[in-house]
Amino acid sequence: MVKKKITKKVVKKAVVKKPIKKETVRKPAAKTISIKKPAVKLLTKHQTLKSTREGFGEAILELGKTNKNVVVLCADLTESVRANEFAKLYSERFFQCGVAEANMVGMAAGMALEGKIPFVTSFGSFVPNRCLDHIRQSVCYNQANVKFASTHCGLITGEDGATHQPLEDIAIMRALPGMTVLVPADFNEAKKATLAAARVHGPVYIRLTRPGTEMITSERSEFKLGKLSVLKEGKDLAIIGCGPILEQVLLAVKELGKKKINVKVVNCHTLKPIDAEGLVAIARETGAILTVEDHQVYGGLGGAVAEVLGQRFSVPLEILGVKNSFGESGKPLELLKKHGLDSISIAAAAEKLLKRKQGLLP
Amino acid sequence: MFKKLEEVKELKLKANEVRQELIKMLAEAGSGHTAGPLGIADILTVLYFNVLEHDSKNPLWEGRDRFILSNGHCVPARYAVMALAGYFPTTELKTLRKFGSRLQGHPDRIVLPALEASTGSLGQGICMAAGMALAAKLNGQMHKIYCMISDGELDEGSTWEALNACHRFKLNNLIILVDRNNIQISGRTEEVWPLEPMKEKLEAFNLQVYEVDGHSIPGLIHLLNRARNREKTQVIICKNTPGKGVSFCQNYTWHGKTPTKEEAKLALHELEEERKKILKEN
Repeated sequence: MVKKKITKKVVKKAVVKKPIKKETVRKPAAKTISIKKPAVKLLTKHQTLKSTREGFGEAILELGKTNKNVVVLCADLTESVRANEFAKLYSERFFQCGVAEANMVGMAAGMALEGKIPFVTSFGSFVPNRCLDHIRQSVCYNQANVKFASTHCGLITGEDGATHQPLEDIAIMRALPGMTVLVPADFNEAKKATLAAARVHGPVYIRLTRPGTEMITSERSEFKLGKLSVLKEGKDLAIIGCGPILEQVLLAVKELGKKKINVKVVNCHTLKPIDAEGLVAIARETGAILTVEDHQVYGGLGGAVAEVLGQRFSVPLEILGVKNSFGESGKPLELLKKHGLDSISIAAAAEKLLKRKQGLLP
Repeated sequence: MFKKLEEVKELKLKANEVRQELIKMLAEAGSGHTAGPLGIADILTVLYFNVLEHDSKNPLWEGRDRFILSNGHCVPARYAVMALAGYFPTTELKTLRKFGSRLQGHPDRIVLPALEASTGSLGQGICMAAGMALAAKLNGQMHKIYCMISDGELDEGSTWEALNACHRFKLNNLIILVDRNNIQISGRTEEVWPLEPMKEKLEAFNLQVYEVDGHSIPGLIHLLNRARNREKTQVIICKNTPGKGVSFCQNYTWHGKTPTKEEAKLALHELEEERKKILKEN
């Protein structure tokens, strides 16, 4: 209910009359940020909600057609991970591994060493959370070309409750040598991330989500692995987010705009390798950074940003995420609200951060 | 192509040589495992010198049989056999566990690709072997995948997941060798974490299971070769004596330690006597 109301309201208010003026980006940023025009219409019109896992499902079908080496392994969750069409069309390359994720990961590693490009599909709660050591040794230490597509990540998994809301997966995967970590913001980006994962040699983690969510990017917007993508220009501060929670960020930014706070919005779809140059450029440009993620505040997006800026260009930084606790059953928005990750909380955090930047708060 | 040894006596002598190299390298390394590697020396000798299709001069030849050592801690035995089979000079054996060596404490396939898989954390090599067997079937390749696991490794849940997968995917190109030496790091397996009735358990997983004396060269030649081209995944429980060949290394306290220089001398003396005995055999 809550969600519907808000979405409607937004749809009305979000109409952008003029396209956002393209900013002349200063030197350091111009080189590093790959953006030609604003990639997003800022939730201008109501679209059918689609999940990132559906984006994976479409892309894996395409890969099935174009790349004979692509195989899909699944631990009983064929439909949930949206691999059912692949399973039907390419049954000889689809492997049902039962509810035995650790073996699935190991088998994928073995197949990869024989030239296959295995996509291991599961829920984030099980891969990576259940199988860390198998991913570390069998995949990463062996430099096996295995791709992980894990759905039902974050609080927005909703009603299933805490056991099915992994909030540590990014931290786990980011810590592993050689692992690429992708967190697509929407359906479109999940498609592009999946296709990009198949092109990279080496292990890749694609973090997917359950519910249908707003389109943050367009079908045509560019996806450059390892590069930040700017959704909206702004000078007062930057909000960097990853995954479908960017919807809440964009809503918050609308509200902040009314208070004449001009926020730069950045989509960090590649958590590893992190775009360090891009981050430094943004810090230099805006002087304050707020990160937002549907994940623990440890070792995720905020951690990655802090690692870079702490060593290269310190600016006031605020990290929004789940703070040392578990999720619970509820609607996605109810959970985001409780954990301070809805648009209202994000806007409040941004205002506070701005005061820090201005020296009005410690 | 690698020239195979057909004579039992030749293989016995080779296994003795493997054990001597093992003792030397372990004493030099000063840390690692002794009982396990000594116990599997006969099996690895028969594998590399009689069973596997491989080529030490072209280690990644596509048609080679794959051998995965899931119980990675026993890798010194594999290094010794590989050196004698011409993969690298035996002088390299003394670099075991030393900084910069290709002979890592546990197998690292990146620095030594002929190892096929990097293993060490238990219950994983067997999953990888199952994946390799599946890929070979998918690719229509005829080579076989041999995978050794330790008995202690049967404590791991993922080992049993992989054994289930063998039947699920009809992996008749996979041959699993169980190093049944009855010891693990804390004591005897049946005291630490009972595994019996092992054969029945494995059979219940729809696998074809055989038992063999892991030190009987003729028995190993017969079973390891016969295991190729069967209908089901073959499991061969190799009943091994830990520390075989050295009288004082045959209990669990030798699972995770290495001989001192003096102990090594004694061990080498015993093995040399053994070699003389083999030479006198007909």
